[in-house]
Amino acid sequence: MAIKKFAVACYDDEEVLFPAVKKVRNSGYKLHDVYTPFPVHGLDQALGLKETDLHVAGFIYGITGTSTAVGFMSWIFCSDWPINFGGKPHWSLPAFIPITFELTVLFAAVGMVLTFCYLNQIMPGVKKHVFHPRQTDDLFVVALEINEHTNEQEVINFLKSTGAVETSVQVAESDWWFGRWDKKEPYELA
Amino acid sequence: MHLKYESFVREPLVDGDKTYHQVTEDIISPIEKKPGRMWYVGFFFSATLLLLGVFSVFWEVYYGIGVWGINRTVGWGWDITNFVWWVGIGHAGTLISAILLLFRQGWRTGVNRAAEAMTIFAVMCAGQFPIFHMGRVWDGFFVLPYPNGRGPLWPNFNSALLWDVFAISTYFTVSLLFWYSGLIPDFATVRDRAKTKLRKRLYGLASFGWTGTAKNWQRHEALSLVLAGLSTPLVLSVHTIVSFDFATSVIPGWHTTIFPPYFVAGAIFSGFAMVQTLLIVCRKILGLEDYITIGHLEAMNKVIVLTGSIVGVAYLTELFMSWYSGVLYEQDAFKWRILGPYWWSYWAMMTCNVVSPQLFWFKKLRRNVPFTFIMSIVVNIGMWFERFVIIVTSLYRDYLPGSWTYYSPTWPEIGFYLGTFGLFFTCFFLFAKYFPVIAVAEIKFVLKTSGDNYKKKMETIDAKSTEEFKHELDHAHH
Repeated sequence: MAIKKFAVACYDDEEVLFPAVKKVRNSGYKLHDVYTPFPVHGLDQALGLKETDLHVAGFIYGITGTSTAVGFMSWIFCSDWPINFGGKPHWSLPAFIPITFELTVLFAAVGMVLTFCYLNQIMPGVKKHVFHPRQTDDLFVVALEINEHTNEQEVINFLKSTGAVETSVQVAESDWWFGRWDKKEPYELA
Repeated sequence: MHLKYESFVREPLVDGDKTYHQVTEDIISPIEKKPGRMWYVGFFFSATLLLLGVFSVFWEVYYGIGVWGINRTVGWGWDITNFVWWVGIGHAGTLISAILLLFRQGWRTGVNRAAEAMTIFAVMCAGQFPIFHMGRVWDGFFVLPYPNGRGPLWPNFNSALLWDVFAISTYFTVSLLFWYSGLIPDFATVRDRAKTKLRKRLYGLASFGWTGTAKNWQRHEALSLVLAGLSTPLVLSVHTIVSFDFATSVIPGWHTTIFPPYFVAGAIFSGFAMVQTLLIVCRKILGLEDYITIGHLEAMNKVIVLTGSIVGVAYLTELFMSWYSGVLYEQDAFKWRILGPYWWSYWAMMTCNVVSPQLFWFKKLRRNVPFTFIMSIVVNIGMWFERFVIIVTSLYRDYLPGSWTYYSPTWPEIGFYLGTFGLFFTCFFLFAKYFPVIAVAEIKFVLKTSGDNYKKKMETIDAKSTEEFKHELDHAHH
């Protein structure tokens, strides 16, 4: 939780955004984040973001599901309550395949979605600062972190020179918090 | 300059002169307006049907399963027929959202949201039938493997019926997660342009606080891809397992190895028909013809003719195998299907599923909206009869001639079936009103490569020779 000052630039085209992001990264200003209304391919590389490990997490959840299913059914049918089905072996592995598969998928999917929400810090009731209401519509928003020593006019001029259609200086919470979206936060009113 | 675009051989996926903002406007604005008269009529009609269903189910639970027409010979009647029918319908949604994503089929973006919603609602309807077929529905949780005071006594993990419990519940959960993870960014779009306080608050909750940072989108893409990869085998497994309910038994007409692929093809067939039924109405009422184009309908009709033909081949294979097996019981089962007292159901199935979809070989008919709409209903009637044929006409004359019987449904069974229509359409009407019916972010993602206006801009570039183009490009940079 920290209230910070941001210089915000809005671009109306991803083709302008890419060179702008490059210039911002070279400028030495501290980049807070880039917001886009849809996934822009290559933006993560342009920002120097690492590839996500979410799918690795998915794999681990998946094999957890596999071993849970196999282990549980084996334990029940071989040890906890063995039943004789027409003299067939207790450990009838082929018959375990459907449930094993289903639990693999279930664990992987549920685990991944929860991890996704955790990493992105999203859940019902979470609120984050929206720099521009059209950042989920048609604007590509770049937010730079500035402080009292920064020359605001210089930053704004720089952002305008990169092709921004709209610029502003905003004071906002940089992290997430619990709140209602229909209510303004104290810092927003100030 | 945006140089990536799709070949001109491919039809544009988005018609008209669209900008990113126009896409948002077109898809989100129906949520912000008051619904039309048609919506209210449809919604209240569906809700009435749902109440009829609730009453029929209440009757069945109160008086017991004996109020249904099923008997000792025909233990599965309309209930399981409807169960298989609804589950099958659900499959198209996952096929569109998952399999077509892996195959990089761009046209899925226009229809996937509504199709996935259809999946979820269809699975909800399907689930009612086996649950209430249990009779003592208050003991329904006995199917779950939980530590209990009866031993613990576990369910039989070798039973296809228990596999079904796992398959359907996993399918429902995963479809819901897949659907909702796609909805989060679109809910954020609704939230950020909301004018009323209530809408801002509710969509704020529903959007989980999504703001669309680069990292969030990167994870979102990874999640969608893996969920698609998981859903693809999942959707195939679900109807395979449903077919195991039949195929692992020793009933003539059920005990066949062809069942899994045959059921999956049939499921996709009926599911696409239901998607057509819903989307043809939806695009008209919500004015989304630019996003769900005739090209989209044609693509789905192609899937219908393909899967319809697979189903047709399966029917003929079944007939051949029953004769070729040399087993009297198998041969008789099929003979009575065709000529016995239920002949009408067999021939309804054959006409609706095998003969009529072949008309879609004609391009004119594939692109004809009213014809597609009628066909989509014909196909769903046919697929309902398929399940009826498989279930009832395999059971009613069993090994013991003394117990041969004829089965007809009673009103609580019919009411229950109509009630699931009520549930399905009530959910769908609410979805069409309160949810973005088309995946807004995904359309924006394909807009510049497949949008009509953007493709047209490329025509001049496309006409140039490579040398000419390179020359111009070099000079543009200096």
